[in-house]
Amino acid sequence: MAEFRMPSLGADMESGTVLEWLVGPGDQVRRGDVVAVVDTDKAAIDVECFDSGVIERLLVQPGEKVSVGTPLALIAATGADAGPAPPETAARPRETPPPAPHPAALSPLVRRRAAEAGLDIATLTGTGPGGVVTAADVDHALHPAVPVAAPLVPSVTPGPPEPVVAAAPGARIHVSPYARRLAAERGVDPTVLRGSGPDGVVHARDVPAVPAPVVTNGAGPAPVAATALRRATAALMARSKREIPHYYLALDIDLGPALDWLRAHNRAIPVAARVLPAAVLLRAVVLAAQAVPELNGHWIDDRFVPGRGVQLGVAVSLRGGGLVVPVIRDAGTLGLDDLMARVREGGERARTGRLRSSEAGGATITVTNLGELGVDAVDGVIHPPQVALVGFGAVRPRPWAAGDAVLVRPVVTATLSADHRATDGALGARLLREIDRRLRRPEEL
Amino acid sequence: MSTTTYREAFRAGLREALAVDDRVFLMGEDVGRYGGCFAVSQGLLEEFGEQRIRDTPLSESAFVGAGIGAALGGMRPIVEIMTVNFSLLALDQILNNAATLLHMSGGQLGVPVVIRIPTGPGRQLAAQHSHTLEGWYAHIPGLRVVAPATLADARGMLATALIDPDPVLIFEQIALYGASGELADDAGPVDLDHAVVRRPGSDVTLVAYGGSLAPALAAAEELAVDGVSAEVVDLRTLRPLDTETVLESVRRTHRLVVVDNGWRSGSLSAEIAARVAEHALYELDAPVERVCAVEVPIPYPRHLEEAALPGPADVMAAARRAVG
Repeated sequence: MAEFRMPSLGADMESGTVLEWLVGPGDQVRRGDVVAVVDTDKAAIDVECFDSGVIERLLVQPGEKVSVGTPLALIAATGADAGPAPPETAARPRETPPPAPHPAALSPLVRRRAAEAGLDIATLTGTGPGGVVTAADVDHALHPAVPVAAPLVPSVTPGPPEPVVAAAPGARIHVSPYARRLAAERGVDPTVLRGSGPDGVVHARDVPAVPAPVVTNGAGPAPVAATALRRATAALMARSKREIPHYYLALDIDLGPALDWLRAHNRAIPVAARVLPAAVLLRAVVLAAQAVPELNGHWIDDRFVPGRGVQLGVAVSLRGGGLVVPVIRDAGTLGLDDLMARVREGGERARTGRLRSSEAGGATITVTNLGELGVDAVDGVIHPPQVALVGFGAVRPRPWAAGDAVLVRPVVTATLSADHRATDGALGARLLREIDRRLRRPEEL
Repeated sequence: MSTTTYREAFRAGLREALAVDDRVFLMGEDVGRYGGCFAVSQGLLEEFGEQRIRDTPLSESAFVGAGIGAALGGMRPIVEIMTVNFSLLALDQILNNAATLLHMSGGQLGVPVVIRIPTGPGRQLAAQHSHTLEGWYAHIPGLRVVAPATLADARGMLATALIDPDPVLIFEQIALYGASGELADDAGPVDLDHAVVRRPGSDVTLVAYGGSLAPALAAAEELAVDGVSAEVVDLRTLRPLDTETVLESVRRTHRLVVVDNGWRSGSLSAEIAARVAEHALYELDAPVERVCAVEVPIPYPRHLEEAALPGPADVMAAARRAVG
């Protein structure tokens, strides 16, 4: 008994709607026969089955939308072939040459392209095995002198389509060296891009165009460049909100002790090396992430993979618009002064679009600080595959109840956005309390 | 411009060299009375006489050694070895003497010998006359190794090689001798230091030399029909390699296909791929592709000889894989 499943008819296809069954229970089908019409939101596509036999049962009714891979029908093997075949028999079909081309041997892609273009496939010259018309042939007929987007689409034989799926979050994604360099230069995390190469390899063409360099003469950035970085951010944020069930916590923290201590600390070091309050907050997050390792890492393939060390993403908003996130590697090994230096360097490189490849991607937890923008709190969006994002608002003098008295203290609101698949509120609360505790004992930072 | 063959272009280069410098003479097996195994030196014996065009015994080691001795003695000998496979009999002289004497003498003894070696497949000369071993010589410090693949280079490389104070090996494609094309009437000496972009393109770089230039250019022509713009780089000089021209091209196209009539393992194609990986990894948008001879002795039957060698279709397939 073979299952006929909803095929993937494009890299971005997640589900499809069965529009029509062309066969019914009891019908004899052969490998390559068109058995159903499926709507992919883009086009109605004739879908072939990959097994021969008799349709036992239809599992999905017309009009039903199901995800890729869902069984649509059961096909019973016929005659002596019934039952599990011995391995030799199973392997043999692969060795036999593809059947002579007949309409059903054409790949869905070929038929779709030809239909969209109004081409009669019978008039085309096939260059595939056995003279099968390939997608490249269709493209060639349409645009003889235009580069073919996908001349090597592996769709010439009527076998099951190559599973073209986006790489699972966190799985190793192959990025060409050139694409990796471009992504680093443009401050884009290449692992969130959708690769157009075979097996999803990310090529240079998949990296959004360069964001505008910082223009200091007052002119705005080129609109097209801003749009490109926007697209990368849009893809990442949309994926986050699509996949991650966020929960949000907030805690007001009295920064008085930390700021007092920092003033004293800065008096003892050169002006250029002075530590900003933002770095103190980062240091507290690093220590808290070490104390609550369940929030420092990645959610990959339905399980949490703890980070090796704290790879601290620091969101930097560009003056011309847009957001990049340089990563401070092994932030747990850096003291406060070193951390400050790295923040300074990374931020500068991020703003000039010159991030190093070591600074792009791979963060295990990210901090976004919107204090400079004058807002009090931020409920941020987690950067997948990370599971937590810590936000800080502005440090402001606020009324603060201390015992029975109300004092004016410098207060910051720390927030946590966390992935509810990986942790629950109790752990999230521990992280925020840990940040608070660290900031009350600045001398231990 | 006038139409000429590679054979005539090589002969014109020889004739000019013999005419302008009394120290120049040609020697090798059958270069005189027979006019050269591939008729390159036909007529030169009659024109320049037995002192300048010398037939030698069938001993590559002896006459290459004699050429090295003559070069040490102040002459400018041009030695022809009938095919590259036979040059192995003279490898001791080439490697242990020609390539090393300058070093062994503390810079006192230069060896300005030029050795012409017909090479390459394509004429059904079977496994003992058809190999592409230029890459082996390109491995040897102390030599300059050049591979004329165009009429202008066939005409002009010899004159520049004779000026070089060190040994120069000129590898002439047997399959090209009879091919014809247009050559400028004033064609003369050419530089021996640089690779050249034979066809500009933007999508993929095809690096070739000697016998692999033609299939690379043919593939580029075909690829253009499909909208793939291939840049073809002719290495020309195999030692010292002009890495920079290759790198510049890869920086433009971000994809590399190396086409080499030599065997893949330990080949010049491997050297090119390695240098690009060393110096331009972050320019590469796809794995380097190599199209090389099949690792067998080059077969005699035409269809098997063709199957063993990089053809335009193989180059196109590799370029398409690279372009994705």
